[in-house]
Parts: sequence; C-alpha cells; structure tokens
Amino acid sequence: MSDATASVGYDAAEEFDGSRTPLQRLQSLLHTYPWLSPAIVLVLALIVFSLLSGNFATPSNLGTITQQTAVVGTLAIGQTLIILTAGIDLSCGAIMVFASMVMAKMAFDQGIPGLPALLLGVVVGGLAGALNGFLITRVKLPPFIVTLGSLGIFTSLTLLYATGRTVRNTELASELKWLGHPFSIGGFRLTTGVLFMIALYAVFAYVLRYTAWGTHVYAVGDDPDAARLAGIQNNRVLVSTYAVAGVIFAIAGWILIGRVNAASPNSGVEANLDSITAVVIGGTSLFGGRGRIIGSLIGALIVGVVDNGLSVAGLDQAYKQLAIGVLIIGAVSADQWIRKARA
Amino acid sequence: MSAADIRPVLEATSLLKTYGKVVALDHADFALFPGEVLAVIGDNGAGKSTLIKCLSGAEIPNGGEMRLDGELIGFKRPIEARAAGIETVYQTLAVAPSLDIATNLYLGREERKAGPLGNVLRMLDHSGMRQRAKAQMTSLGIGTLQNMGQAVETLSGGQRQAVSVARAAAFGSKVIILDEPTAALGVRESAQVLKLIRSLRDRGMPVILISHNMPQVFEVADRIHVQRLGKRAAVITPSAVSITDVVAIMTGALTVDAKDQTLGPIR
Repeated sequence: MSDATASVGYDAAEEFDGSRTPLQRLQSLLHTYPWLSPAIVLVLALIVFSLLSGNFATPSNLGTITQQTAVVGTLAIGQTLIILTAGIDLSCGAIMVFASMVMAKMAFDQGIPGLPALLLGVVVGGLAGALNGFLITRVKLPPFIVTLGSLGIFTSLTLLYATGRTVRNTELASELKWLGHPFSIGGFRLTTGVLFMIALYAVFAYVLRYTAWGTHVYAVGDDPDAARLAGIQNNRVLVSTYAVAGVIFAIAGWILIGRVNAASPNSGVEANLDSITAVVIGGTSLFGGRGRIIGSLIGALIVGVVDNGLSVAGLDQAYKQLAIGVLIIGAVSADQWIRKARA
Repeated sequence: MSAADIRPVLEATSLLKTYGKVVALDHADFALFPGEVLAVIGDNGAGKSTLIKCLSGAEIPNGGEMRLDGELIGFKRPIEARAAGIETVYQTLAVAPSLDIATNLYLGREERKAGPLGNVLRMLDHSGMRQRAKAQMTSLGIGTLQNMGQAVETLSGGQRQAVSVARAAAFGSKVIILDEPTAALGVRESAQVLKLIRSLRDRGMPVILISHNMPQVFEVADRIHVQRLGKRAAVITPSAVSITDVVAIMTGALTVDAKDQTLGPIR
C-alpha cells in the first residue's frame, strides 16, 4: 500500500517536470512571469513606431513619453493594488483631481503653506479611498457600483469646490510644482515626477513581494474564503488597500499639477479608464490575486508609446483606441488561458 | 491499557445544541485520546457536523462542556479554537491557488526576517519560510514536492490537500480535525491523503476524521465514533466489527449499551 502511494507521488512529480509541449511550457512561463507578454508587446510597439517614423526613437521623444506616462502610471499603482484584491476603482481619476484641487486651493485661497496643503490633499485622497473601502466591506456593495457612484460624487465635488476655475501656474505654491521640474540625462528629457513614479513602483513592488500585508492583498483577491480560514481579516485588508490606493491617487494629483502646470477641475478626465487599461494590459488579472506591479508600468508605457507614436508618425489618433481595444481583449484572453495552466 | 488510564486530549460531555425546535446535539459525548485516529461517522442529520463545529469553534453549544488537555474550553469563533491548538482542514480545498506552497503554509502567520530588515522594513523571511515548509512537508512524507515556490494551483488535488494538512500540523497544534478530506479526490489521491493521516498519527498527533467513506474509515481509523440522533451511539474498534455492523448501528438496527461505548481498546 505504502509503496503504491509513494509511486503515485513520484508519477505526479514526473508529470510536472517532464514531457510538456512547447505551448504548455509557454503557458507555465507566462504563469510565473505575467509581465512577460506586455514586455514583448512594448518592445514590438517600440520597433514598429521606430520604423514608421525617424523622429520616434530619439532620446528627447522617449523622454517625453515617460513624462506623458507619469500620471497614469502612478494611478495604475493604486489601481493594481485594488485589482489584485479582485476589486476595481472607477473613481481613481476623480480622487486624483479632487486631491489636486484641494492642494492648490488650500495653498492659494486659504494661504496655507505649500507643504501642509500638499499633505492635506494626500489625506483627502486617503479618506476618499477609505470611504470606497468602507462602502465595499461594511455596506457590502460591489466595488464596481461603489466606485461608479463615487466617481460621480468626487467629480461633482471637485467642480463645486473649484467653482469651475483653474488655479494657474503663477498662483500655485512652489512645493506643488516640485514634480514638474524638467532635467536631462544624456538627452533624455525627464521630470522629477517621472522619478517619483519610478520610486513609487519600487516601493510597492517591495511591499507586495516582501511584506505580510502584500501577501494578504494577493490572498484576499485570490481566494477570500481561504484567506479568512487562514485567519486574515479580509475587511481590514480591503479597507487599507482602498485607503493606500487613495493616497497614491492623491500623489498622482501632485504629479498632475507639475505636468499641466496648473490645477484644473477638468484635467485627467480619461485617467480613470486609462489606469485600468494599463493594469489589465500589464497582465494583472481582473479576477484578483494574480499579477505583478511592474506589469502595470509596462502597460502604462504601452499606452503612452501608442499614443505618442501615432502622433509622431502623423497617423490618425483613432488607431489608438483600436490598438488599445485589441490589447485589452488580448490581455484578458491571455489571462484566462494562463489561469488554466496546470501540471 | 484501558481507556480509564489515559486522559483524553479532547473531550466533550453532554453537549447540547438546538436550532429552534431542532435538536442537533442531544447530550452527546465525545472523547479523543492521544495519538489516535478517531473517525466520526453518522447518517445525515445525526449531528456529526454540528459536533465537529462545536469542537472547532464554528458553533457555540447550548449546554454541556468541552475540555482540551483537561482544561475547560469555550470558543466563540474558529480562530479561538485554532489559537488553542485545534486545527481544522475543510473539505473544500482551502488554499489560495495562485500563491505558492510556502506562502500558503504560512498564510496569516508570516515570519519576518530578524534585525532591522524585519523590524523596520517589515521584510518577510521568504527563504526561511520555504526551508521550514520543505522540512515540514518532508517530515510528513510529502517530500515529492520539491519546489516550495511552486503555485498551489499547479498541484494535484491530493497534493493540495496535503498542503492544507501540513499547514494544520505545522503550528504547535494539539488536535487536527479533517472534514471529509478525500471527498473531492480520486482514488490515488485519496490514498495519498490516507497515508498522510497515518504519518500524522505516527508523529503522535491525534486526528479526528469525518468521513462517509466506510472502507477508508476502516483502513485508517483506530476507533470509530458513531453518531446517531444527536447522540453517540457507539465507539468501535474497526478490527472487532464489520462494516455491516457499523452501518447497522448508524441506522439504529443495532444498539450498543451505553456503558460499553467507551470501552473499545486504544491502540
């Protein structure tokens, strides 16, 4: 009997390691490294646009792309955390703009110094995220519905608060413009905002990989029941995830001010969906528990490259929607396929 | 050796549990002795799962008392039972599929690195957890799983159940409750899990096995607790009784005198 069971185990091990078709090997490779396919797409896009236009692959243009990516790329960090818990945040762009208006108006209208005004905006972002998390966990509403509602609420609060007025460059506190400072490295034109975004990616890559909280974010999205049985307090993890994401959205608002050199209630309208696009193209599963944050940076860069590449090559911007649409459907199909990977 | 010489690890006397007018446990008794595999069987509605839920903290009994190592216990939530050393492995494979084996083993009780990396940066000790996970799996005879960084969803059902059992056995637990551990598994995978149950017993871990599968119960259990109509109908030693007799006791065709119930010899 025990011999028979031992051989069962051995067979299973053999089955796992040996004789698989190339397609199965690819499936298992993508299973381990979900950011691999977006990385390939990014490289292909870079090659295609370089061939289409000589002006594309110049250091200054590539630098511009990173600048254009900074806002959506930062939003995508928070969005990734939320999507890993099997949630979604449709209100991320609205929270971002709301926080940026709080920062700018507190400093300009109320005369609060720049740094406290900045902190106040970040706190408002965190509270807005926590409110979403509270409604999702305590009132037990689906994240889609909660954030669809709060998208409307934060958008209109922003417009009412700003009274339709933009805080212009000259009116902005200097601290709020810190992340807009340009500089060059070997011809690549970057901004402090781009560096800040990259630093945030590094921080959250660490948090997700090396802390218990990061592990719990994955576990709650992967299998809520298993997480609960393991003693994880799912609701606490979810509320903290939405709150942390809210803080990140507010920081994106800070980068946004530097980027457009003003705080306008009408900026960043497309950012809500763009951040979700970046995360999904980046290989993170909308069903939760699966994905790497670096994928979202790659996803945001793909969006930026397609956007910029089409204009530099003088092509119709309508192709952008087409390309992004195809990429989203392709990414989700790939995710479905990868999820079926079994030994 | 008779039962009177050894103190039970986990004991319940005269447990009562009612849901409105339905009496699920009608002064039920229960005793688990050190180092034994005790199977709990019974027809649907016999109070088998209610009994287990009371023991694992998922339900609060209306009356009677429970003792762990002689100490009176009363759990309000499963997490309390777990903290006291009663680990339950559920029939649905309660592991997070996309996380790896070591992460699942340590889920909810992750260990941090020593020094400032762990204290300040809250860095988890991945390599240490993997090593200890590997040692744990090997000591349970599941050494065929080489890579602790492998996602659980790439494992077979039996291997996944092995991960759940290893997790239950890993953290200083005193009693392991296995709720229908083979219900979702095929024949060969069930054999793996039964082997695992034996190796738990060989390490001195008392195991409560809830199962509908008579041949499996007879294969692995030291004693069988038969639950009927909310009470303990009998405690049987498998070698002394046939499956037919057990089924007769389960259905009420055969009754066992109350004073004989606890007298089945212990391994």
